[in-house]
Amino acid sequence: MSRTRRIGTTAGASLLAGAALLALSGCGKADMTRQASPFAAAKGTRSVTLSVQTWIGAQSNVAVAKYLLEHEMGYHVDTVQVDEIPAWDALSQGRVDAILEDWGHPDQEKRYVQNKKTITDGGGNGVTGHIGWFVPKYWADKHPEVTDWKNLNKVAKQLRTPESGDKGQLMDGSPSYVTNDKALVKNLGLDYQVVFAGSEAAQITQIQQFAKEKKPFLTYWYEPQWLFNQVPMVEVKLPKYTDACAEKGAKDPTTVDCAYPTTPLKKFFNTDFAKSGTPASKFLKSFHWTKDNQNEVSEMIAADGLTADEAAKRWVDKHPDVWKQWLPKK
Amino acid sequence: MSAATVTTVPDAPTAGPLRALLRRPALAKLVLLAVAAAVLVPLLHAKWSGGVWPEALTVDLTKPLGSASDWIIDNRDSHPLFVYFLGHLSNAVVLSVRGVYLVLLALGWTGVTAGVTLVAWRVAGWRIAATALLSFLVSGVLGMWVPTMQTLALMIVAVIASVVVGALLGLAGGLSDRMFRLLRPVLDTMQVLPAFAYLLPVVLIFGIGVPAALLATVVYAAPPMARLTALGLRGADAGVLEAVTSLGATGRQRLLTARLPLARKELLLGLNQTIMMALSMAVIASMIGAAGLGDRVYQALASVDVGAALAAAVPIVLLAIVMDRTTAAAGEKAGAAGAAGPALLRGWRGWAAVAVVTAVVTAAGRLAGSTVWPTGATVAIARPVNDAKEWMVDHLYSGVPVVGGTADWAAHFTNWVLNPLRDGLTALPWYATLLVVAALAWLIGTWRTALTAVLAMAAIGVLGVWKPSMNTLSQVLAALVVTLVIGVGTGILAAGSKRLEAILRPVLDVMQTMPQFVYLIPVVALFAVGRAPAAAAAVVYALPAVIRITTQGLRQVDPAAMESATSLGATRWQILCQVQLPLARPALLLAVNQGVVLVLAVVIIGGLVGGGALGYDVVTGLATGDLALGLVAGVAIVCLGLMLDRVTQPTQRRTAKGA
Repeated sequence: MSRTRRIGTTAGASLLAGAALLALSGCGKADMTRQASPFAAAKGTRSVTLSVQTWIGAQSNVAVAKYLLEHEMGYHVDTVQVDEIPAWDALSQGRVDAILEDWGHPDQEKRYVQNKKTITDGGGNGVTGHIGWFVPKYWADKHPEVTDWKNLNKVAKQLRTPESGDKGQLMDGSPSYVTNDKALVKNLGLDYQVVFAGSEAAQITQIQQFAKEKKPFLTYWYEPQWLFNQVPMVEVKLPKYTDACAEKGAKDPTTVDCAYPTTPLKKFFNTDFAKSGTPASKFLKSFHWTKDNQNEVSEMIAADGLTADEAAKRWVDKHPDVWKQWLPKK
Repeated sequence: MSAATVTTVPDAPTAGPLRALLRRPALAKLVLLAVAAAVLVPLLHAKWSGGVWPEALTVDLTKPLGSASDWIIDNRDSHPLFVYFLGHLSNAVVLSVRGVYLVLLALGWTGVTAGVTLVAWRVAGWRIAATALLSFLVSGVLGMWVPTMQTLALMIVAVIASVVVGALLGLAGGLSDRMFRLLRPVLDTMQVLPAFAYLLPVVLIFGIGVPAALLATVVYAAPPMARLTALGLRGADAGVLEAVTSLGATGRQRLLTARLPLARKELLLGLNQTIMMALSMAVIASMIGAAGLGDRVYQALASVDVGAALAAAVPIVLLAIVMDRTTAAAGEKAGAAGAAGPALLRGWRGWAAVAVVTAVVTAAGRLAGSTVWPTGATVAIARPVNDAKEWMVDHLYSGVPVVGGTADWAAHFTNWVLNPLRDGLTALPWYATLLVVAALAWLIGTWRTALTAVLAMAAIGVLGVWKPSMNTLSQVLAALVVTLVIGVGTGILAAGSKRLEAILRPVLDVMQTMPQFVYLIPVVALFAVGRAPAAAAAVVYALPAVIRITTQGLRQVDPAAMESATSLGATRWQILCQVQLPLARPALLLAVNQGVVLVLAVVIIGGLVGGGALGYDVVTGLATGDLALGLVAGVAIVCLGLMLDRVTQPTQRRTAKGA
């Protein structure tokens, strides 16, 4: 009997303590959607937070922007690595100030840019992206017919792996990337199995390994990408991209039967940041370069093993004509 | 699995089939199940035939989960629940992590290194202090000082929060029988959940960032503390308690002066496990914005840079080893009663000395003008490590004489083991799967564990993810078999040789604490994208526990039994097979149980390297913010973990009743 009573008092005490704690902290509103990282630089310093996506091209944008912000404009830059869609979420909450390369997310654009207006369109970053199916150049040179999708079934046997079983393997990468490959394989009647590598890192490793062995492979891939410099690849022609096909696909993704579009890559800013008119926001708004510029930095990072900062420094030293225009006029 | 060999009763004179049945509970259970099956299977088969879980019995959660996720996103900045409660929670996390981080930065590298070393020395002796000193210096030399401090700040707050939450829950469970009955299954279950399953819901509510990462860590790391606190309090010696009561102590006095001190060993073990689990979450939580070392590992993974990943992983491994040794030593001391230590510096004086020396060293560091590790004093290991990895891959991938390359092994493993197993499990009628699960769980446990296991499997079916779950299950089973063959074999060797065990110990430590993300990439390079690298990574991760438990189990076999066997002229092999292994059966079963839980955790992460199935769904859910996909897969993983645990868990819970 005494035991239960004691538990009663203990429970009561802890409840009371909990309530007190709540009362202490709960007297005001706390909007957790506006919160900085605990590791951000101390207040008073001017700081910007940029989102780094997992692929190297995006890392190059951020590396150069970060280098210039820090060395030319006296900012402190924090970077956060997030997947694409969560990055939109973080951007709308102000945990990130800017995304420098987005491959097109109509749903998110509608939700955050048009409806909630917490994100502002920042214009293009100058690079055009393209997704497609690629085969290695050493294979395409010997068998030029494989660059047309109509002939893919003939070579399916050569592309078998333990994962694809008795079909040919079409390798896809990170789950966060835009892909219609399952629908394409089905609708084009291809004797292929889509094998998801699960991450870009795994996919790149596998491609490099295939290339070392000079083995044939078929992979979902995209431009601009530094890996092309290491492993030259040729695109496979898919049925032409048309607006009708795109419309059909927007309604029901399983009906897509044409190639991927080319996408001008865009920047997006947190609305408050964009409106702030600070030098950093002006600078990021005018950030605009080319595919070659981006690839130059990407390759230094990925293939030569330089740190992002070092690669950015080398590029900046070499191309003042490009970046001088981005700096806001004093 | 080894479940079939569980109950063997010595042969009895047969006196009627019923008596025989009663004498052999295992057989009785099987007969009962067979009868149930004979009645139910035709019914079920007539209604829903086919191997895969019937469509009619599934519930589609896509719509409700989708709208729940939309609601959260739309109301996160306005609804009272968020603004008045979760917002403050999140703020508190940010503030406390920031506070600790600033303190660490203020101490500078000299102060932090000195402080940790001295504390380790006070608690665990000079050997571990030397390890601690070396570890922090290595972190600095690798150029990882700031990320290490970020991770340390996060870990300190996470561990304190986990310990407080865990201890409170454990106190409730230790003092009240009803609470204990309520908590125990929940805590047991949480112990077997893969860390990956926690991430998505937390992210949705708190958004990417430190608060989400920290809370996921607390949810993951608090259960062992709660569990061990409760067990410690319940395990207190009844005689001592009675004596204290007879002296007229009140309930609170009894708790503070008798029960808690008596449970000290369990409490410290709980602390140890909580720290280890929190650290193992450090890298996984970087997927949702944990920053620090984990983030470095994750970013290096994205650029396929094993060397850079290793440079960030080494401090994690070192931190884990230092914390583990320190808390374990504290636990042993508590067990040994009466702390030893240098006579001059016992008690408060020792601690005062620690504080003074730390302060002096901090000041010295500040005067020397460097609070952050000097950039000149770093060594870049990324390049040589990458070269070594390339060399290894080049020489092992294919064309190795006689044994074939790793790529060939992976292909054979996939073709001959994984594929048939997956196809078999998928083709096996779903009710047959349930029956097998029930039989295994019942044979090895009680009807309760069997029921839990069957319900968990059924839940997977109802959620409509039967097929991917069977795929994941096949990977788990295949990896488990490999783990057990290698692990038990190595364990037997290590039990026979002290020297081998001593050599293995640091290797196992590293394998156990090395973040899985670091070896995912080399594993892909060696075994090609697919399920094989996922299985390989799982084997690497689960091996240490299996080896350790086997070694310990074999060591604890009564020496008298072995001696008598030797005197009867048994060979070493005979002793092993007929004396040691049977006597160490409980340990071996525990090894299977631990192995299966650990393998599952990594097979899920294998979704990142082409493992597909449930792991891929969780990764996709996280990467695309798709709550329905990710959460359903997460719950299915939980159910799978629950089932596997129950099917392999020996009936120790029967004996642990009462307090």
